[in-house]
Amino acid sequence: MSAPESAEHRLTVLGAGVMGVSIAALASGHGIPVTLVDIDEAKLDRARTALPQQIRLAQLVGALPRDRVAGTLVTGTAVAAAAGSTAVVEAITENAEQKSKVLAEVAAVVPAGTPLITNTSAIPIAELAAAVPHPGLLIGTHFMNPAYVIRNVEVIRGPRTADSTVDAVAGLLSAVDRHPIVVRDAPGFVTSRLLHPMLNAAALVVQRGTATVEQVDALMQGCLGHATGPLRTADLIGLDNLVDSLNVLYEHTGDAGCQPCDLLLRKVRDGHLGRKSGRGFYEYGGAVA
Amino acid sequence: MTSASQALEADLTDLLERRTKIPVAPDADLFELGVVSSLFAMELVVHLESTYDIAIVGPDLVMENFRSVQAMAALVRRIQDRVGAGTGV
Repeated sequence: MSAPESAEHRLTVLGAGVMGVSIAALASGHGIPVTLVDIDEAKLDRARTALPQQIRLAQLVGALPRDRVAGTLVTGTAVAAAAGSTAVVEAITENAEQKSKVLAEVAAVVPAGTPLITNTSAIPIAELAAAVPHPGLLIGTHFMNPAYVIRNVEVIRGPRTADSTVDAVAGLLSAVDRHPIVVRDAPGFVTSRLLHPMLNAAALVVQRGTATVEQVDALMQGCLGHATGPLRTADLIGLDNLVDSLNVLYEHTGDAGCQPCDLLLRKVRDGHLGRKSGRGFYEYGGAVA
Repeated sequence: MTSASQALEADLTDLLERRTKIPVAPDADLFELGVVSSLFAMELVVHLESTYDIAIVGPDLVMENFRSVQAMAALVRRIQDRVGAGTGV
């Protein structure tokens, strides 16, 4: 009997924030062993509790297979833990400098030829490619949150990304039952370039008193078929992440619509980061891990 | 219905009414009423597991089992019966 496809993969995820944990849950829930690395031990503690809960919730709603033994989760505070991985997903803060640094570090410890996947909502892959010794191995993904619920994954091929890397990532995504949509490199790629200025504009509408949060979402949902409403979507993304992404977009495109509006900046300053902190445009019943 | 089953349904009805602040009939469709989301269903999973010392896993871990008080009570009884039969208790 041949080994299940998941036995071929050993994934390292760098960064135990919302997306890192969500991607780790997606892989583990499909039986792939995962090493999760973060410099913050407290985040790893929370992730060890959150990951099995997320897998069970995903199984409950039918988003992850119920007949699969979860892949083991190992956690570590140094990138050296990535040695022996078949692929690395970097999902740290949306900051090009920090991403470049950690990608260079992990490139030095993984076996030769290991694909390095940077999960980013806006930073061009070409910019990050300068930091790694083999730019052909670097590719971008932009998983949506939660990664185990949304099947389509935006995959960004940088100008120097090798065909073999695109194939390897397609194989990994297939093993976790995701559907890649491979696009070319640009600030914000497709989804963020379209969505994030719209979310910013939705916040501006509220800031100017044109409509309430609930009215904006009700109109966009009820009249235009937006699944969750822009402001609830912003809360799900995380308002701090949204501001980071808008800043990257503004720096690279000069599009004034990408300059984070005052209301967004104020909410981030006040620690109202959205769903994950328990409060953003909406109130939630407590913070989530 | 046995008194154990009645107690089970009463416990679940009590919990749901406290959380949703509306009266809940044993056969009411909680999804149609809009009172049970997937996150709340997950809380119910944890509640049932700790209260009745059972594990809700694999094919039992489906939303359909949380559609009504009766469905949840039936789930608990099924798992308890299976465990009882398996261990010869």
